[in-house]
Amino acid sequence: MTTVAHVHDSTDNPFALSHLDSLESEAVHIFREVAGEFERPVILFSGGKDSIVMLHLALKAFAPAAIPFTLLHVDTGHNFPEVLEYRDRVVAQHGLRLHVASVQEYIDAGKLRERPDGTRNPLQTVPLTEAIQQHRFDAVFGGGRRDEEKARAKERVFSLRDEFSQWDPRRQRPELWQLYNGRHAAGEHVRVFPLSNWTELDVWQYIQREKIELPEIYFAHEREVFARSGMWLTAGDWGGPKDTESVETRLIRYRTVGDMSCTGAVDSDATTLDAVIAEIAASRLTERGATRADDKMSEAAMEDRKREGYF
Amino acid sequence: MSTSTEQLSEQLAATTLLRFATAGSVDDGKSTLVGRLLHDSKSVLVDQLEAVEHASRSRGQEAPDLALLTDGLRAEREQGITIDVAYRYFATPRRRFILADTPGHVQYTRNMVTGASTAELAVVLVDARNGVVEQTRRHAAVAALLRVPHVVLAVNKMDLVEYREPVFAAIAEEFTTYASELGVPEITAIPISALAGDNVVEPSANMDWYGGPTVLEHLETVPVSHDLTACHARFPVQYVIRPQTAEHPDYRGYAGQIAAGAFRVGEQITVLPSGKTSTITGIDALGESVDIAWAPQSVTIRLADDIDISRGDLLAPSGDAPATTQDIEATVCHVADRALAVGQRVLLKHTTRTVKAIVKEIPSRLTLDDLSQHPNPGQLVANDIGRVVVRTAEPLALDAYADSRRTGSFLLIDPADGTTLAAGMAGESFATAKAVSVVEDEEGWDF
Repeated sequence: MTTVAHVHDSTDNPFALSHLDSLESEAVHIFREVAGEFERPVILFSGGKDSIVMLHLALKAFAPAAIPFTLLHVDTGHNFPEVLEYRDRVVAQHGLRLHVASVQEYIDAGKLRERPDGTRNPLQTVPLTEAIQQHRFDAVFGGGRRDEEKARAKERVFSLRDEFSQWDPRRQRPELWQLYNGRHAAGEHVRVFPLSNWTELDVWQYIQREKIELPEIYFAHEREVFARSGMWLTAGDWGGPKDTESVETRLIRYRTVGDMSCTGAVDSDATTLDAVIAEIAASRLTERGATRADDKMSEAAMEDRKREGYF
Repeated sequence: MSTSTEQLSEQLAATTLLRFATAGSVDDGKSTLVGRLLHDSKSVLVDQLEAVEHASRSRGQEAPDLALLTDGLRAEREQGITIDVAYRYFATPRRRFILADTPGHVQYTRNMVTGASTAELAVVLVDARNGVVEQTRRHAAVAALLRVPHVVLAVNKMDLVEYREPVFAAIAEEFTTYASELGVPEITAIPISALAGDNVVEPSANMDWYGGPTVLEHLETVPVSHDLTACHARFPVQYVIRPQTAEHPDYRGYAGQIAAGAFRVGEQITVLPSGKTSTITGIDALGESVDIAWAPQSVTIRLADDIDISRGDLLAPSGDAPATTQDIEATVCHVADRALAVGQRVLLKHTTRTVKAIVKEIPSRLTLDDLSQHPNPGQLVANDIGRVVVRTAEPLALDAYADSRRTGSFLLIDPADGTTLAAGMAGESFATAKAVSVVEDEEGWDF
């Protein structure tokens, strides 16, 4: 016996949504669920492409009304000036309220100590979790995607955090249908990831379709960089280069945007969205593998940071 | 235009999204199949492979262990097992895929229920040497219970049975008969060798007697949306949008994701549970005004009358509105470590509405292995599937799960700490029919 498949062409059905429409509809549903069920939600907004797409989706979800959330940025003190400028411009443009938690202030106050390697990314966890407690945020949107990293692949769309913001991957709620369970006790909060099911390429295709403006550093430009651990880091006051490292001017762009001390640039001549998308589609390296120093620290670096409260 | 640019623009053209789940125990070769789908669709990138090779070497393994691609947690890698559902993403020029990768042997049922709840297709793996075993029947039963529209039976390890057609045909026949009886609407059986690559992505040269598609070809072509005319239109209200600005002083829109069917401007709708009626005057599809919208689009609906509607209400066409009820009979899969007992007070989350409820009865518990029924178990524990009768504090507009996966499903939640206790499917299922026949057999005095 041979069972014959019923073969249909997916384009036959006029009611089939495109993959971008499906992902958009799902993300909007998630934003509205949070608006309907939580008292004090906040969107983590760094000025990076994922948080920019999140903000765009939130604006669409509640139009023509304003989005019912405030924004929170954890500023490491080593952020790219172009990105901070973009952040402030977008906040003003949409009349949003932005909270800033500053790693530099924590270091200046003696509450955090600079690491010997100069990387500030792991230092974000304390200001982030304290800001959540201080403002009593009960839902915190993050732009994390499951395709980024194998610990993130285990993350729920609604992910409960205890009063210390800790993630326990072995005690997660099963996520059934589209019925997100956001119940939490006072002091606990829920991390919400509307872009869970998006890939890097989906994000770029959506940016192109929706004509979303991005900070310039996502496109190829000449910049003074130096090599460290196989990546091009931007030279600057934050602590690079060391005496043994030399600066050169290269044509580069950024695939991710984070702290200058751990976000690497890639050699690229992609100056347009089309060129960026072609470059990513052809790339044989993952986004974080190509550009993130902190993920290379150990096999479980992301999981360990997430357990402590990092995104 | 160079060939690679042409390929790229083809790949980036409008594609659809298929969500599917895999089911199979460790020895059936599920990791190998998932690894091959990811690898052969070029979704495994160099740095990921290098990380796997490095980790495999440091564990003293000679060949790269592809399971390390998917086991993301420290504990999973240490123990060499998959603890929880993970979601993977890959794409071909024809379609994008979200794969719910469900572990085969730990806390089995709730994981597969989780993966299957959003899946439009389930791949059930069978070892060709062993044929349909208890585990296979369990996979088929969960797929049937969750009403996954398409089931693929992948008869794996055909290389170990000399690629013989009769071996495949016997397994396919037995599985198809069993799954059809459970109500699985469409079954496609494919003979494969995940290890050798037969019929996974490339057609097999070893099985010229097989005329059907490869696994990937089937995944690429299976229809992803259903006949809208056969669906009852349902719109759970998520959020009321009222800007109250100078530009939009009177705008009042009901935001939500269409759960089933389609809605049109001009249509008369009924609001449940209040029963009030109105007419749709506008549909805003995320910035675009449209005349018709369908599931699963997220939209905002505007009505002719200013009636009291809030989160948790359901809009349905006036001629096709569901009845409301406070007494719900359902099949549930228990997903928590603590038990669910008769008399317990719970919260019930249905679409956008959460209400208080009490478990009135647990008429039966199902044994998935042989589909036998145990009457009045008193409680359900982790991974149990059973029938429950729940009384809610407020009326709900529930459909049968058989009619709508979205408006027929619900969660039972522990009000004390928010733990998700059970996944519920309203109305009849094969778990009901069997219970009735058992009771009839036992009584027997009627004749």
